[in-house]
Amino acid sequence: MSLDEFFVTGDPLILASQIAIGLTMIGLIALITYLKRWKWLWNEWFTTVDHKKIGIMYIISGVLMFFRGGVDGLLMKAQTSRPELEFLDAQHYDEIFTTHGVIMILFMAMPLLIGLMNVVIPLQIGARDVAFPKLNALSFWLFFAGAMLFNVSFVIGGSPDAGWTSYFPLAGKEFTPGVGNNYYAIALQIAGIGTLATGINFVVTIIKMRAPGMTWMRLPIFVWSTFITSIIIVAAFPIFTVALAYMTLDRLFGTHFFTVANGGDPMLWLNLFWLWGHPEVYIVVLPAFGMFSEVIATFARKNLYGYKSMVYAVAGIAFLSMLVWVHHFYTMGNSAAVNSIFSLTTMMIAIPTGVKIFNWLFTLRKGRIEFSTAMLWSLAFIPCFTIGGVTGVMLAMAAADYQYHNTMFLVAHFHYVLIPGVVFAVFAGLYYWWPKMFGFKLNEKIGKWHFWLFVIGFNMTFMPMFFVGLDGMSRRMYTYSASTGWAGWLGFSAIGSIILAAGFAALCYNIYWSFRYASRDVGNDPWNGRTLEWATASPAPHYNFAKVPEVDRLDAYWYMKKEGNTGLKKSDLKPVHMPSNSWTPIFLAVVFGVVGFFLVFEWFTLAILASIGIVVGLVANSFDYDDGYHISVEELADEEREWRGDLQ
Amino acid sequence: MKGFKKLFGWLVMLTIPFLLAGCESNLIVFDPKGPVARSLTDLIIFSIIFMLVIVIVVFALFGYIVWKYRARSDDGNFEPEEEKGNHLLEIIWFTIPVIIVIALMIPTTKTIYEVEDVPQGYEEEEPLVIHVTSADWKWIFSYPDQDIETVNYLNIPADHPVQFKMTSAGTMQSFWVPELGGQKYTMANMQTNLFLVADRPGSYYGRNTSFNGKGYAHMDFEVQALSQDDFNDWVQEVHDTANTLTEEKYSEILEPTVIGRMTFNNTHLEWIDHAHGGSEKYLNPELYRISHGHEDHEGHDEKSEEETDSNEDQTKTEPSQSEDHAHH
Ligand code: HEM
Ligand SMILES: [Cu+2]
Repeated sequence: MSLDEFFVTGDPLILASQIAIGLTMIGLIALITYLKRWKWLWNEWFTTVDHKKIGIMYIISGVLMFFRGGVDGLLMKAQTSRPELEFLDAQHYDEIFTTHGVIMILFMAMPLLIGLMNVVIPLQIGARDVAFPKLNALSFWLFFAGAMLFNVSFVIGGSPDAGWTSYFPLAGKEFTPGVGNNYYAIALQIAGIGTLATGINFVVTIIKMRAPGMTWMRLPIFVWSTFITSIIIVAAFPIFTVALAYMTLDRLFGTHFFTVANGGDPMLWLNLFWLWGHPEVYIVVLPAFGMFSEVIATFARKNLYGYKSMVYAVAGIAFLSMLVWVHHFYTMGNSAAVNSIFSLTTMMIAIPTGVKIFNWLFTLRKGRIEFSTAMLWSLAFIPCFTIGGVTGVMLAMAAADYQYHNTMFLVAHFHYVLIPGVVFAVFAGLYYWWPKMFGFKLNEKIGKWHFWLFVIGFNMTFMPMFFVGLDGMSRRMYTYSASTGWAGWLGFSAIGSIILAAGFAALCYNIYWSFRYASRDVGNDPWNGRTLEWATASPAPHYNFAKVPEVDRLDAYWYMKKEGNTGLKKSDLKPVHMPSNSWTPIFLAVVFGVVGFFLVFEWFTLAILASIGIVVGLVANSFDYDDGYHISVEELADEEREWRGDLQ
Repeated sequence: MKGFKKLFGWLVMLTIPFLLAGCESNLIVFDPKGPVARSLTDLIIFSIIFMLVIVIVVFALFGYIVWKYRARSDDGNFEPEEEKGNHLLEIIWFTIPVIIVIALMIPTTKTIYEVEDVPQGYEEEEPLVIHVTSADWKWIFSYPDQDIETVNYLNIPADHPVQFKMTSAGTMQSFWVPELGGQKYTMANMQTNLFLVADRPGSYYGRNTSFNGKGYAHMDFEVQALSQDDFNDWVQEVHDTANTLTEEKYSEILEPTVIGRMTFNNTHLEWIDHAHGGSEKYLNPELYRISHGHEDHEGHDEKSEEETDSNEDQTKTEPSQSEDHAHH
């Protein structure tokens, strides 16, 4: 392989980004060195096993990836804003929608949600950490290694170009012989292992680590949705692991699982992919539902309406989500009976979803609705998501889908589900839990700018896509001729995407502004919350709770406040056992990344040599007898006094 | 004040779909030109009415509740009462979606079954069989009974059922002529079936909707429905004037390129039907190598080049514009 092929060359856009990336890296390294922060980074962040810090690292990565994926989105919108533009060529456009889709779902939505889950779940169940803190760190670092490997493809070797669905036969060596789709197979595998471990970790955490008295029907609704989400992760991700393994074998070792030649079955990939892919959609949407429920209850100042039916609804959605994958290929020539059955299962998802919408509305009813930024996002979610939902039902009707399938109508639909369902939720969650993470609020005024720009831009960008899809524009088209009559819709949509981007910029500015100027005096419970995370200091101390709270009903903290039961007696304090930092997770992830890189380029000797590192890491981990350390009662009392004043 | 702004925003949004619905009839999916497409359009319109009702109800309820129960400076900062939930209400809004699902499911299933077969009223006629073979990045249409093969355009008799037997020479594509009916995939080593009828003579837009690489955006074709007489004339003319397709020429066509129209007076089915395997013979991964940045904008240029130097084209029934043909 010549150097010319190794680095992606020739395109000025890419050259500029390569230079920019190079300079940023050098700048960052220089800055950290200059500020003498390496040691601090290593001790406080890179080797941490604290769920809150891991959560924050997930969130930072997610926001960065949102930026990358968002730029991809804007580039696409620019390219299709006018007919026959020559801003991006076909290959470039193909790579960009592929990386956009993968990054948005796996490296933006997932880490942002998992990040918030990490920060919030142990606090909400009154635990000191997740069940397996070190595994949690490994999850994060594997995700991060996968994400970085995937992003490297942009400058080294070329990006995947077969769509985020990576359909075979196109994604096989027969039609995409370059390294691009190797990146897909391997980077997603590495990140996916991390996610699978997260799923296991949260299932165990929620089963085993709940505070005394927190029975199942006393779980905050966000905990419920995380629990069910984790179960779907454990059920669905192994399918993807296997599919990616087959893909890797096909591409790297010449097997014929999915090839056209020698009896391969490309349609097997479609089935495996969506057996994972549809549940994956719910993996990102269900935690979001949970967050909205928390925020809506808090700012309507009421308990969640129909708590039990909400739990059943989430469980019902999760169950049905496993039974609908065929709706992604009604047009494969299935029998009429198959298409009818899958139309039915798919439409049935609308039933529990409808129940949820009505429960949210009735939580608001007779409440006292406060329009904080977090609440605005949760409110805007309801109508926007309704549009995504009803168009989803339209797509579920197989016969009608023959006319929508793979058109811009579909693209509009899933953005109407994913952006209100996931992005709005993440924004709501960030504004809501920000004080718990950092000890100050994000600015509400800039928050309103962020909100209005983003919501208006979002609707302007994606509403026209429904119509251009009904007018026969299929997805993934890098260009079209003026005679199609699509230019008006797409031009309008492109303008919308600029407003959307301005909204994102407002968020970034808000983070910057608030870090510098926001008041640090927010107290432990700035929103008058209902659940346990608000019972401890903001930001939450590394041991979470000086004394593990006891729970006697739903919305425990709300009633503790009512009963004046939030104080802390020094005599109740006991030493707290904490896990020690560990270098093995980050070490293993780096090795995985390196091995992955060699595999992408099919340099097998190097890959085998590098994987010795994995063995070293595992052995070192097995002989790690560090049992953690204890925080003494005195230390606890000192830290608690800082925000409580004197202890009782 | 804030609440008002919000409500207003949503109201504006609410009106957008209505305003747009006004010009709905211009959209290709709402403009069926054959019985298959018409039954799909009917189903779609039926569902849209339901969806609009749902949207209106939810939006109205939402707007009302958010407005009515907004926090006010003069409400004494009261604390709302906790509510347990109400079984009756919960049962009601569980039942409503159930009824909606049933109401949608019945016509859906009916339509699914309906479009699998020869359209109603045409059962008596013997369908014209056309084999569709999709390749990167062109459409190949073979008329086994007429012994004709065309590339990137399709002539059919109007008011007569056509049965498409579809397959692919490599990557997966999806055959879609929205004005005549719904789409279906074309897959190597497999055959899918599709029935379409065009009511009247006319020209219809067709394309691939399943992404299959660089030339995908240009993978469209024109369907010309001709009166039976014109169709017969065309068949005759092809036999008189068109060249014969050789295996060699055929493998050249299967290379990944964007090309113009072609016509031959025999079909490739003589030596291969991709539905039954054997496509690997024509695959050549090397032709798919990409080099970033060094490419010119393939699609268009090549297409026009091919078009000018291909003398196999028929002229009479060929419309003047060749690609991305307007459908309004
Ligand atoms: C930031 C604003 C966004 C813009 C401007 C945007 C724009 C686009 C565009 C133009 C396409 C491709 C349309 C086509 O040619 O087929 C697309 C595809 C896609 N988008 Fe977005 N998008 C945005 C946000 C998101 C988010 C938040 C998600 C997920 C959480 C997402 C997930 C996807 C996926 C999965 C695809 C399909 C990719 C494929 O075809 O393989 N997008 N988006
Ligand atoms: Cu799905």
